[in-house]
Amino acid sequence: HFGHRSGMLSLSRTHVSYEVKDDVAVVRMNDPNSKVNTISIQMQNEMTEVMNELWANDAVKSAVLISSKPGCFIAGADINMIQACSSAEEVTKLSQEGQKMFELVEKSPKPIVAAINGSCLGGGLEFAIACQYRIATKSKKTVLGTPEVMLGLLPGAGGTQRLPKMVGLPNAFDMMLTGRNIRADKAKKMGLVHHLVDPLGPGLKSPEQRTMDYLEEVAIQFAKGIVDKKIPLQKDKGMMQKIQDYVMSFEFVRNQIYKTVHGKVMKQSKGLYPAPLKIIECVKTGVEQGPTAGYLAESQNFGQLAMTAESSALIGLYHGQVACKKNRFGSPAKEVKTLAILGAGLMGAGIAQVTVDKGVRTILKDTTVQGLARGEEQVYKGLNDKTKKKSITSFERDSILSNLCGQLDYKGFEKVDMVIEAVFEDIKIKHAVLKEVEAVVSPHCIFASNTSALPIKDIAAASKRPDKVIGMHYFSPVDKMQLLEIITTDQTSKDTTASAVAVGLKQGKVIIVVGDGPGFYTTRCLAPVLVEAVRVLQEGADPKKLDSLTTSFGFPVGAATLVDEVGIDVAVHVAEDLGKAFGSRFGGGNVDVLKTMVELGFKGRKSGKGWYVYEPGRKIKEVNPEIGEILENYRMKANPAVSSDSDVQYRLISRFVNEAVLCLQEGILNGPLEGDIGAVFGLGFPPCLGGPFRFLDSFGADKLVAKMQQFEAVYGNQFSPCQLLLDHAKDSSKKFHK
Amino acid sequence: RDGLNSKKTLARPGVKNIVLVEGVRTPFLLSGTTYANLMPHDLARAALQGLLNKTSLPKDAVDYIIYGIVIQEVKTSNVAREAALGAGFSDKIPAHTVTMACISSNQAMTSAVGLIAAGQCDAVVAGGAEFMSDVPIRHSRKMRKTMLALNRAKTLGQKLSLIGSIRMSHLSPELPAVAEFSTAETMGHSADRLAAAFGVSRLEQDEFALRSHTLAKKAQDDGLLEDVITFKVPGRDIVSKDNGIRPSSMEQMAKLKPAFVKPHGTVTAANSSFLTDGASAVLIMSEEKALAMGYKPKAYLRDFVYVSQDPKDQLLLGPTYSTPKVLERAGLSMSDIDVFEFHEAFAGQIMANLKAMDSDWFGQTYMGRKAKVGTPPMDKFNLWGGSLSLGHPFGATGCRLVTTVAHRLKKEGGQYGLVAACAAGGQGHAMVIEAYPQ
Repeated sequence: HFGHRSGMLSLSRTHVSYEVKDDVAVVRMNDPNSKVNTISIQMQNEMTEVMNELWANDAVKSAVLISSKPGCFIAGADINMIQACSSAEEVTKLSQEGQKMFELVEKSPKPIVAAINGSCLGGGLEFAIACQYRIATKSKKTVLGTPEVMLGLLPGAGGTQRLPKMVGLPNAFDMMLTGRNIRADKAKKMGLVHHLVDPLGPGLKSPEQRTMDYLEEVAIQFAKGIVDKKIPLQKDKGMMQKIQDYVMSFEFVRNQIYKTVHGKVMKQSKGLYPAPLKIIECVKTGVEQGPTAGYLAESQNFGQLAMTAESSALIGLYHGQVACKKNRFGSPAKEVKTLAILGAGLMGAGIAQVTVDKGVRTILKDTTVQGLARGEEQVYKGLNDKTKKKSITSFERDSILSNLCGQLDYKGFEKVDMVIEAVFEDIKIKHAVLKEVEAVVSPHCIFASNTSALPIKDIAAASKRPDKVIGMHYFSPVDKMQLLEIITTDQTSKDTTASAVAVGLKQGKVIIVVGDGPGFYTTRCLAPVLVEAVRVLQEGADPKKLDSLTTSFGFPVGAATLVDEVGIDVAVHVAEDLGKAFGSRFGGGNVDVLKTMVELGFKGRKSGKGWYVYEPGRKIKEVNPEIGEILENYRMKANPAVSSDSDVQYRLISRFVNEAVLCLQEGILNGPLEGDIGAVFGLGFPPCLGGPFRFLDSFGADKLVAKMQQFEAVYGNQFSPCQLLLDHAKDSSKKFHK
Repeated sequence: RDGLNSKKTLARPGVKNIVLVEGVRTPFLLSGTTYANLMPHDLARAALQGLLNKTSLPKDAVDYIIYGIVIQEVKTSNVAREAALGAGFSDKIPAHTVTMACISSNQAMTSAVGLIAAGQCDAVVAGGAEFMSDVPIRHSRKMRKTMLALNRAKTLGQKLSLIGSIRMSHLSPELPAVAEFSTAETMGHSADRLAAAFGVSRLEQDEFALRSHTLAKKAQDDGLLEDVITFKVPGRDIVSKDNGIRPSSMEQMAKLKPAFVKPHGTVTAANSSFLTDGASAVLIMSEEKALAMGYKPKAYLRDFVYVSQDPKDQLLLGPTYSTPKVLERAGLSMSDIDVFEFHEAFAGQIMANLKAMDSDWFGQTYMGRKAKVGTPPMDKFNLWGGSLSLGHPFGATGCRLVTTVAHRLKKEGGQYGLVAACAAGGQGHAMVIEAYPQ
């Protein structure tokens, strides 16, 4: 059999192989060195070689492109390949090579069917859409998307040119600008794939293996069908599609779309991210000026973007995120099978939600029926929303909820492996529940405190088993915020830490493990920013102005809105506790402003009023009219030397960054990477800056120190740079990230 | 006869012998044909009357009546009671209805066995019915809500405002589907995936379906289907034969397009069981009672099991799981069984089960066994046709299987028979039946 022999000849190939079944070449991708396939130089070279062989082989009439890896078609281009380049031209050349290869695929005289099971992202998607036909498994693991924008890049191998033609301008923009993953059924509706194959259950092989084999069998059938002209490559367009195409044929309609999309991007990114704008530009060039100009724009812009600070910041975060999804403490001696949460408030219920849906039995305990009912309803609603969005079935929702056990007493706690308390932030209450818990749980049970500021060692002081006490600081809303800050004391055992990290990872969290101290890492960085924000307000800026200054610097949420979200009362607690612990360095605005607000019942969003007024159903929030008077009573005079918009921004950011560096200096932080991840994923530090440490590396520690010293002259030691920051300012070769 | 049979009886000390006295069924008809204007209890009634006629059972001689049904007519939700009353049974005999998808009448029979074994009853009629010519189609939930509110509305104003709130969308009806509630997948779709998982080809399925129709035709022509009663359908003709048996050719069958997974699936209308109207009934007694009443029992009903597994990926694998379990209970091995009657939901489902039973890997990985279950020999398997050809009124099939085993044991001279079936919900059932000494 000729085909088999040609397959055998390629023994030297390690990433791509093929065999000929009847007259269909089945091309299999399998990177031997990784769990996922990426488009690397090696993969690209071997693929080109194989394709050339297929095109030259008369026994082959069509091809099926498939991955041998369960759960992954191609996860994207190899980031290292891009990062290894030192100039925009080099990256542009990479892009052009990719474009050329996919152009050959697109023009293949023999139809190529991409058989997709698992992630088909970035360069993988660009490869797939260059093929003549796409079949995907309807598995939850099968996702298609162009996540390049999240790395500050654009789809650089023809994506910006092919996608608009395939799915239409609006969908193409949505995909490329959000980078979101698209499930297989949605992809089919959008026209991104032609046909779906259902995943199979157990048979004579494992479900995963059999599903892959089945996908291949079906793809081979389709490849033959295409050759025999039994299966059309173009689907008949529906009425809606025809109307849309007609509308899109008008230049002014398209221009309106470019304008709207551009406006949206500017509004959301504040112009701080170059990639989305470049994506719009590439698409526009391709559509309006034709493919030659389009492909050129794509490769050149790709090259330019790869050299931007924003891209390296985002890629840094990506690597950091991957690193923070690993358990560096090893696997715990005992897996947590039953988790108990004390307090069914917003946090407690949120933690319950992300636990039950991982199949862990969860006890949610509260002290009142009302509190418990509210908490259980929150969990139900969180899951039901997923049902409405069809990401889980109603049956899955019910079955997940069966893992939740709401109760008012400590019944069954003897079987609990870990307790996470999310009760009120008061050391006396924390001590009380700790003692109650220790009286009923078995000795191996871990006690974790979800506190945002109380030192864990103070909580552990009441414990019989301080080695089992740890901090697990979740962020609100728990089901949306990715970060989990785990706090260990000197007494916390390594196994306890390993177990807490394992639970957090199971809950889908990105985890930083930090040392103990008032405010740990995240709260400690946030507190000075908040007091500075209060000072800015006292100096006459209104909350909207403050918010616009912070968001235009890249924070996703403005400082005033953030305080409302956190809760004014919580902010008072944090400011006072940390103020006591750290003294005048945490001074700035007058905490009494916040206290007065709390007295008047303005506790932030949860109470309906804070800096803003919150009314259900209203999208545009107005400034709380009653805070004007409060601020007037605490009015401070702004010093014009340090009060320009930019000054205010740097006053806020420098206090954040200085505190972060101090945490590293004091050993609270394990390293700058976790510092960056914690700041971005927990506190919304501008992702385009990559976190406080990466920001210092790119902005220059010396420049920031110079600004701080200018502020210090006016406000005092709140702005004194810490030693480590001064060291970096003195020696510009010192970098936090290599 | 006894001398010919070297196999010993499964009777156990301390366990009551329970016997099948008689089993009947109405002809199984394609839904929408001659039964179209009836109601479910009419079919059940016909089966009960047929049983009464055939056994000359006094109308007050049984202690209890149990019926199985899947798609319930809301007006006759306890169809057992309505049918019993209409069939002329004494109104002093209690009756209840059970539902367990395609093994509903199996459940009716084993419930009867349970009542007798527990000493609560001596004689029980069990049966099943299904009527697919008419199914309850409901108003939408929104409309139902409005109508219920309308019932409670006091003033004309309230009523008018409720009527005014009715929109076009309220009017779209809710149709029942042969789909799993838990997974929303239709059974045919699941069967197609199951066949694919076990690598069952379209050809194998068509061949098996053709076998079923061919064997059923032969059994019908040879007069072997003696459980079928003659039924004068009110307002229509007398029916006395199943009307879904249609042996075709492989070429004809190959022309059909897949019915569920399009276009690459393998399950077609021709290799699936069809929507059927029909009812069945059996008379079950303790052996003592049967003999005391002068009956000659047909068979002993021995061990039975129910199993259940993943309703998504193993929806129709019931026989694979239930067969070894019931054999073990009875202390028998596959080779001891002389007659196999498996419910044929889909040809692909039967083939998948046979492949699963023939796979060491499947037995080890999914059933916790040391080796494969082993497959029934085809020369003992569904020799008088099956659900694919005779039809499959969901609630009624179980009694047909058991009665057929009894008749085949008698005809073929075997000692043990085995019934196995799959059911929606990922459930399954199996029962061992022993020939009654001639």
